[in-house]
Amino acid sequence: MIEVANVTRRGFLQGMLSAGAFVLTVQVFPETLIASASAAGENSFAAAAFHSGVYLAIETDGTVHIIAHRSEMGNGSKTSLPLVLADELDADWKRVKLQQADADEKYGSQDTDGSHSVRDFFEPMRQAGATARLMLVRAAAQRWNVPEKECHADLHRIVHTPSGKKLGYGELASAAAALPVPKKEELQYKPKTAWRYIGKGAKTYDLRNMVSGKALYGQDARIDGMLYAAIAHPPVLGGTVKSLDDKDALAFPGVKQTHTIDTFKAPHAFQALGGVAVLADSTWAAFQGRKKLKIEWALGAHGVFTSDAYKKQLQETARKPGKVFRNNGDVDAVFAKGGKIIEAEYYAPLLAHASMEPPAAAAEFADGKVTVWACTQNPQGVQEAIAGTLGIKKEDVTCHVTLQGGAFGRKSFPDFAVEAAVLSKKTGKPVKVVWSREDDIKFDSYHSVAAMYMKATLGPDGKPEAWLQRSVFPPINSTFIPGTVNSEPFEMSLGFTDVAFALANHRVENGAAEAHVRIGWLRSVANIYHAFAIHSFADELAHAAGKDPLEYVLSLLGPARIMDRKELPADYPNQEADYKDYPIDIGRMRHVLELAAEKAAWGKKHLPKGHGMGLAVHRSFLTYVATVVHVEVTKDGELIIHQVDTAVDAGQIVNPITVQQQFEGAAVFGTSLARTGEITATNGVIDQSNFNDYPVARINEAPRATHVHIVPSDAPPAGIGEPGVPPFAPALYNAIFAATGKRHRELPLTRVQLV
Amino acid sequence: MAITFKLNGKSQSVDVSPEMPLLWVLRDTLNMTGTKFGCGMALCGACTVHINGEATRSCVTPVSSVAGKSVTTIEGLSPDASHPLQQAWIEEDVPQCGYCQSGQIMSAAALLAKKPKPTDADIDDAMQGNICRCGTYQRIRKAIHRAADSHAGAAKEKAATR
Repeated sequence: MIEVANVTRRGFLQGMLSAGAFVLTVQVFPETLIASASAAGENSFAAAAFHSGVYLAIETDGTVHIIAHRSEMGNGSKTSLPLVLADELDADWKRVKLQQADADEKYGSQDTDGSHSVRDFFEPMRQAGATARLMLVRAAAQRWNVPEKECHADLHRIVHTPSGKKLGYGELASAAAALPVPKKEELQYKPKTAWRYIGKGAKTYDLRNMVSGKALYGQDARIDGMLYAAIAHPPVLGGTVKSLDDKDALAFPGVKQTHTIDTFKAPHAFQALGGVAVLADSTWAAFQGRKKLKIEWALGAHGVFTSDAYKKQLQETARKPGKVFRNNGDVDAVFAKGGKIIEAEYYAPLLAHASMEPPAAAAEFADGKVTVWACTQNPQGVQEAIAGTLGIKKEDVTCHVTLQGGAFGRKSFPDFAVEAAVLSKKTGKPVKVVWSREDDIKFDSYHSVAAMYMKATLGPDGKPEAWLQRSVFPPINSTFIPGTVNSEPFEMSLGFTDVAFALANHRVENGAAEAHVRIGWLRSVANIYHAFAIHSFADELAHAAGKDPLEYVLSLLGPARIMDRKELPADYPNQEADYKDYPIDIGRMRHVLELAAEKAAWGKKHLPKGHGMGLAVHRSFLTYVATVVHVEVTKDGELIIHQVDTAVDAGQIVNPITVQQQFEGAAVFGTSLARTGEITATNGVIDQSNFNDYPVARINEAPRATHVHIVPSDAPPAGIGEPGVPPFAPALYNAIFAATGKRHRELPLTRVQLV
Repeated sequence: MAITFKLNGKSQSVDVSPEMPLLWVLRDTLNMTGTKFGCGMALCGACTVHINGEATRSCVTPVSSVAGKSVTTIEGLSPDASHPLQQAWIEEDVPQCGYCQSGQIMSAAALLAKKPKPTDADIDDAMQGNICRCGTYQRIRKAIHRAADSHAGAAKEKAATR
C-alpha cells in the first residue's frame, strides 16, 4: 500500500531548499497503519513509524532533488531508482540532483542486499513521479484557467496542448505545493512507449567524480580533530585479551592512546569483534603502533578450527542422510532398483569479500549522541548496532552513508562503525577506524565453506530417474543464533531446493555443520556452491548419457511451463516475492539457455585442441541467467578464458548500462572465486592476509571478452547485482572438462592440476 | 624536518616522519583523498600516482624519497575531468564502485605517455598491477584504446593546423 503526501520542507534537505519549493513524500505503509494515519490526518504521516518514504522536491528554479535511499557500491541503484521517478515525472535528468539518504526507518529497509532495490521500489518511485506530475498539471491548469485534461507534461514543462503555452516545473513548484495530493486512482502512468529513461538508462550519477578522485567513500570520511584508529582484533573469533603491553606502541611518534574494545557477547551478529585499538594522528602511525603492541590472547573455543580436518568432516556428513528440505516421489525406491548410478562430491571453500575499499568509518560521540559516516550497505543496522553497544536510542545515532568502494555483502555488517563510535566515546574525540587489507581478509564475515554430495540413476533414455542432492555448510544463522548448525529454508532455496529440472523422484537434504568464523552474505550467497554442484553434476550426467550438454540440460528442464508451486517445498521463500508474480518459469529458463548458446555459437564453432565450451543456466534473485564459457587450456596448464556469453532475463530492466556492467563484473568475480578464491584456517587463525595469498583476477586473467545479452521483458523487475555469479564457476569447470577431458569437483582451480 | 616536493605542479612542504608513505601524507596530512588505500603492499594499484612521470605505488613510497621530485595525483591529471583518459572512462562507462579507478587512470596515463598506441598485450602488461574487484577490465581496455585514438586524433589535428 502506498500513500503520497505533500509535506513541509522541515527535515528534508534542511537549509538547501528555498521558500516555495514543492516537496512530496511517498510512503509505503503497512496496511495496519493506513487507518490510523488517515484518521489522524495528514500530519501523522511524518510520525508514523515503519513506513518507507522516497522524497522528491522541486525547486523554484526547476531543480529536482531526489533522495537515493539505497546504498551505492557499484550496483547502480543510486542512479536506477531516481531514474524511474524522473521518468514518470517527465523531468529532465540533467536537472535532477541526487541526495544520499541518511539512515532512517521511515524509508523502510535500506539494507542494500539481496538484489531487490529495483524490484521493491520500482512502483513507489513511479507513483511518486506520477503524483508530482499530476499536481504540476493541475497547478498549470489553474494558472491558465483551462481544463486539466488539456494539459500535459513534456520534459520539465507543462504544456497547454491546444494553445502550446508552456510553464516550467520551477515556475509551478509553489502552486503545486499548495494543492491536495491526488489519490492513487487519479494517477495515470506513462505508457511504456513514452518512457524516456526506463529501459534506456543513464550514466552512473557519480561517474565524473569517480574519474576525478572526487567521489567520497568511507575511507575518505574526515571529522575535524579526529584520531585515526587501527585495531588488533582477536586472531580467533571470540578471543579475548589476556594481557597487554602497549609501552612500545605508545612510544611510536604520532600514537596518542590505546584502548581495549570488549569482545562481543554471543551472538556476535552485528557487534564489534573486540581487540586493542591504537589511536594516532595519522593512519600510518596507528598501523605502525599496532605492530608494536604485545598482546597475549585467550583464543577461545574456535581455536580448534583447521580447514583440512574441517573439510573431511563436512564431506563425511555429506555422505550421510541429512535433514530433508524437498522431497518429490520416492528416491530410495528408485535407487534400490539399481541401474546406472552416478555419484559425485563437490567442495567449495570459505571466501573473503576483498572489496577494493577495506571497511572504514568515522564517528563522533557527543552529548550522548553519535554521528557516524560509514561505507555501509545497512545504514539502519549501523544505528541499531551502535545504539545497542552504547546503550543509547537508535534515533540518537545519525548515520551518513558514503559511497562504497565495493561491498559484496561485507558492508551489511556494521562492526567497523560500532568500533568508531565506541572509540569516540572512550577518547572523547572523533575517531576514524581504518581497516587494513589484512584486517579485511583475516576478520571478514566469510562466505560459507560447503561440501555437496550428488547421486542420480539414469534411465534407458539417459535421463535421471532419481536425483538426490545434499549440501553441508555452516549456516549464516550461526552468526545470529549461536549453535545453529542446519540451514534455514532461505539458504537452501538459493540454488538447491529451487532446482528447476523436471525430476519425478527428487530429494534435497542438508547436513549439520558448526561455524568457527563469522558467516555472512557474499554476492549471490549459497547459490555459489549450490550452482557449482548442480550444474557440474548436470554436465557429468550429460557426458555419462553420451549427450550434448545443451541438449541434455534442455531435456532436464523439460517443456516450457510454469513450475507448479506444489513441486517446491511449502516453506520455499522465493526471495520474499509472491510466487504468482515471480514463478519459476521454465520457458524463460530455456530461452536464456538457448540464447546464450546461440550467441556463443555452441556446437557450431570449430574448437582447436585444448579449447572447450561449458554452460550453466541458473535462476537466482528471480532472474534467469545462462552462461557459456569458452576456455583454452594450454600444454603448460595455463587457463585462458577467451569468451563469456551471458543471457539475462531480469524482467523489466531500468538501466541497461548497469545490467551490462553487473554481468560483466559477475564473470570477473566468478573468475576470481573459481581460479584462486580460498580462505583457510589453522587453529582458528585465518591463513591468508592480502592479495598475495588471496589473489583475485587481474586484467590478464579475467575473461578476454564478456558479452551480455539482455532479454527484453515486460515481466516485473528482478535482481541484477548477484545473479550473474552462480552459473559462472560451473560453466567454467564444464568448459575445462570439454577442453581437457578432466573433471574437477573442487573450487578453486589452485586445488587441481589442469593438465 | 620538512620535506619539499612538487605536487600537481605546485611546491608542497610537509613536516611528517620521513618514513611515512606518500599515500598517507596525501590522504591524512594533505586531505587529498583521490589517491586510494587498497592493500598497503603495492599489490593492488589503488594508490598509484606519478613520480617524475613514472606510475608508482604511493603506499610503499616513503615520503622522504620524493623530496625534490614531481608528484602527480588524480587531482592533478586535469582540473575538470578533461584528460582524454577521464573522458574515455566516462564515455565507456568504466566505473562501477569507482574506488580503484583513480589508480587505474594514473597507470593508464603513464602507459600512454610511453606508448601512445598500446596493443592489448601492452595494456595487460601495464595494467595487471591494478586490481578492480568489480571487474571493469574489458571496459578499461576499451577506454585506453579510445583515449589513445582521441589523443592521436587530437595530435593529428594539431599538426594539420600548424
